[in-house]
Amino acid sequence: MGEPTQVIPVFSGPQCAPSNPFCWDWITANWSSILGPSLVQHIYITLIAVVVGLVISVAAALFAFSRNWFAGGFLAFSTFLYTIPSLAFFLMFVPITGLSLTTIEIGLTSYTLLLLFRNTLTGLRTVPRSAVEAAEGMGLTPQQILFRIRLPLALPSIMAGVRIAAVTVISLATIAASVAPLGLGKPIFDAIHTLFDTELVAAALLTIALALVTDVIVVGLQYLVTPWTRVRR
Amino acid sequence: MSETTTERPAADIVFDHVTKRYPGQETPALDDLSMTVPAGETCCLVGPSGGGKTTAMKLVNRLIDFESGDITIGGNSIRAVDVTTLRRDIGYVIQQVGLFPHMTIAGNIAVIPGLLGWSKDRIRKRTDELLDLVRLDRSFGTRYPAQLSGGQQQRVGLARALAVDPPVMLMDEPFGALDPITRTEIQDEFLNLESEISKTVIFVTHDIDEAIKMGDKIAVLRQGGVLAQYGTADELLAHPADDYVADFVGADRGLKRLSLRRMREVVNGSAAAPDDAPAVDADASLRIGLSTLFASGASAVRVTDGGRVLGAVTLDQLQSAVTRSTS
Amino acid sequence: MTGYLSFFSDQAALLVRLTVGHILLSVVAVVISIVIAVPLGAWIGHLHRGSFLVVNAGNVLRSLPTLAIVAIVIALFGFGYVNITVALVILAFPLVLTNTFTAVEGVDPGTVEAARGMGMTGWQILTRVELPSSIPLMMSGIRTSWVYVVATAYLATFAGATGTLGDVIANISGYGLTGVLAAATVSIVLAFLGDALLGLVERGLTPTGLALAQRAPATT
Repeated sequence: MGEPTQVIPVFSGPQCAPSNPFCWDWITANWSSILGPSLVQHIYITLIAVVVGLVISVAAALFAFSRNWFAGGFLAFSTFLYTIPSLAFFLMFVPITGLSLTTIEIGLTSYTLLLLFRNTLTGLRTVPRSAVEAAEGMGLTPQQILFRIRLPLALPSIMAGVRIAAVTVISLATIAASVAPLGLGKPIFDAIHTLFDTELVAAALLTIALALVTDVIVVGLQYLVTPWTRVRR
Repeated sequence: MSETTTERPAADIVFDHVTKRYPGQETPALDDLSMTVPAGETCCLVGPSGGGKTTAMKLVNRLIDFESGDITIGGNSIRAVDVTTLRRDIGYVIQQVGLFPHMTIAGNIAVIPGLLGWSKDRIRKRTDELLDLVRLDRSFGTRYPAQLSGGQQQRVGLARALAVDPPVMLMDEPFGALDPITRTEIQDEFLNLESEISKTVIFVTHDIDEAIKMGDKIAVLRQGGVLAQYGTADELLAHPADDYVADFVGADRGLKRLSLRRMREVVNGSAAAPDDAPAVDADASLRIGLSTLFASGASAVRVTDGGRVLGAVTLDQLQSAVTRSTS
Repeated sequence: MTGYLSFFSDQAALLVRLTVGHILLSVVAVVISIVIAVPLGAWIGHLHRGSFLVVNAGNVLRSLPTLAIVAIVIALFGFGYVNITVALVILAFPLVLTNTFTAVEGVDPGTVEAARGMGMTGWQILTRVELPSSIPLMMSGIRTSWVYVVATAYLATFAGATGTLGDVIANISGYGLTGVLAAATVSIVLAFLGDALLGLVERGLTPTGLALAQRAPATT
């Protein structure tokens, strides 16, 4: 691998020269057959990973809140995961779940766990002492304090985690496409060994745009779910 | 320069029609301030927040720039010298202390001497001297700020400001963050230290009692940076210029004046104290004397100096001592 | 399992060669990031201006998918080492930048005001007060960026740069899953070793007083 060997295998635009890195004709001609479906698939893959990861992480953080051994172990594992080359991590599950969406989602969800678990736990633990003391003084049980005081107050931290997790998944999902050909990674890998750059650039730009838009959407979402952080002056 | 740190004479600070206006604000932060702080004296700047007291102080070492008027130190305009040179000749102490956390205590004190290229030997000698001056054990030199209490940190802050023996000191609520007991202690020590070293000090505080205690002169500023009154504590308490100043120094200003004088000054040597008279030290303030008098119910107090009895002081004497000095 | 273990002995020469290439590429990328990001972050943090710009630029750069960068650089500059180096620098740069900036900007304002009032120049404040205080946070940014870069450097293969562990990791048909996992193991070890080494550097560089202050922040 490395040096390009094939010449223009995915080429359906009539006027596109291979040397042109950005040929608009090709993009309009192939939007509905290649780029559009890949984009939708990519969003779908990302959404599953983030939502599943969020559910697991919040549950795990609530469980770990009063159990330090669990938190310590989980965090150590999460640090370890980030040292693994992502492609190798995806490939590890292939013997079990095959070259499938499931394999990709297992890998991607694992990556979100680290970020979301850590941020949720930090959020739960850094609630102002005074708020907790007031709640205790009012006669709330530890359980009630955890769910009614700490969890809502952890939302800014959780959403910050969702923000990083979402863009991380979008990035890693492109690499996952070399395991199972799904999402925007597919056109990138299809085109990477050809001399035809338009498909490569179009898919890459679309991925970047998706990441940036997602980032903005999550920030907006955070703004919506944490109204109290807005009124502080 | 000689190898030992020779005492540099204090210099007077003159504000000459100084006005400071922050961009975008209608009222000036400091409005046409003119006053002279004589060499070697401590001037306390008091006033409400927004009265411009910190602004006035920070103009002197040009942490804040101003447009109209001039400030001179020892007759030289502060704008005539380069700002770095100016600041190195002015000791600066702030409430947050601002010790450098990554340097030892000795390292903190040695920053400016080091930048001025003093020899290692001279710096070490000066550091020891300064630690003695602020009553910290010399072994503190090798410690780090994080290992010190708040009071100890502020003593180091003081020592650091005195490192190159600047003729002028600026202090911005230096003891404001300390607990009352530590504050009183360090105030007393600073007064002591001031009598040993001659410095012109501008001392910002919002606490009128601290100003009365620390200041040779007090400048009361009001909202909008206008100088309401400038004078000694006694002048302010006896003749407040207007209702604002009277209100600011407090309705108990009569009592506060008692704090300014000592029993020694009013004791009548010929009068014999009654047998039930409680004893008061000659160096105690009149306020303490009055308090002792009231607490005991006696008609006079006996003033003692060490073991010796100097005489007696009655309630009438205390009152006339204050009213007579009103002139 | 036996295949996994024997891969290390059977392909020892190959693994050593690829490991050296992997380290070289990672070091170059991280060093370039440091050289650009530390002075920039320190200066902006010192000025206390443009925090909005730095934070947002950092977030935008951090959200760029590395493979997409590789793809676009292929179109612009072609295949090779320059390509993957650019992509890895873009990965590491925002981490070092935001950490340096946050650290320098976050130095206690009282400390900086005292330094200014004492007559230290801007440069002296930056080099003698702000930067020494910023070392722990700055180093943690560098350590994280090292871990990310080492774990991502295998993408060199897709950028047409051979000679890294990516030659094995991205070639399952040539080396099998055992080969992939063996090469990944080496990459993991590199990430941890580098992180530990940088941890030692951090300990050496962190002024004692700062370490004490972080252990006992209560006395301030």
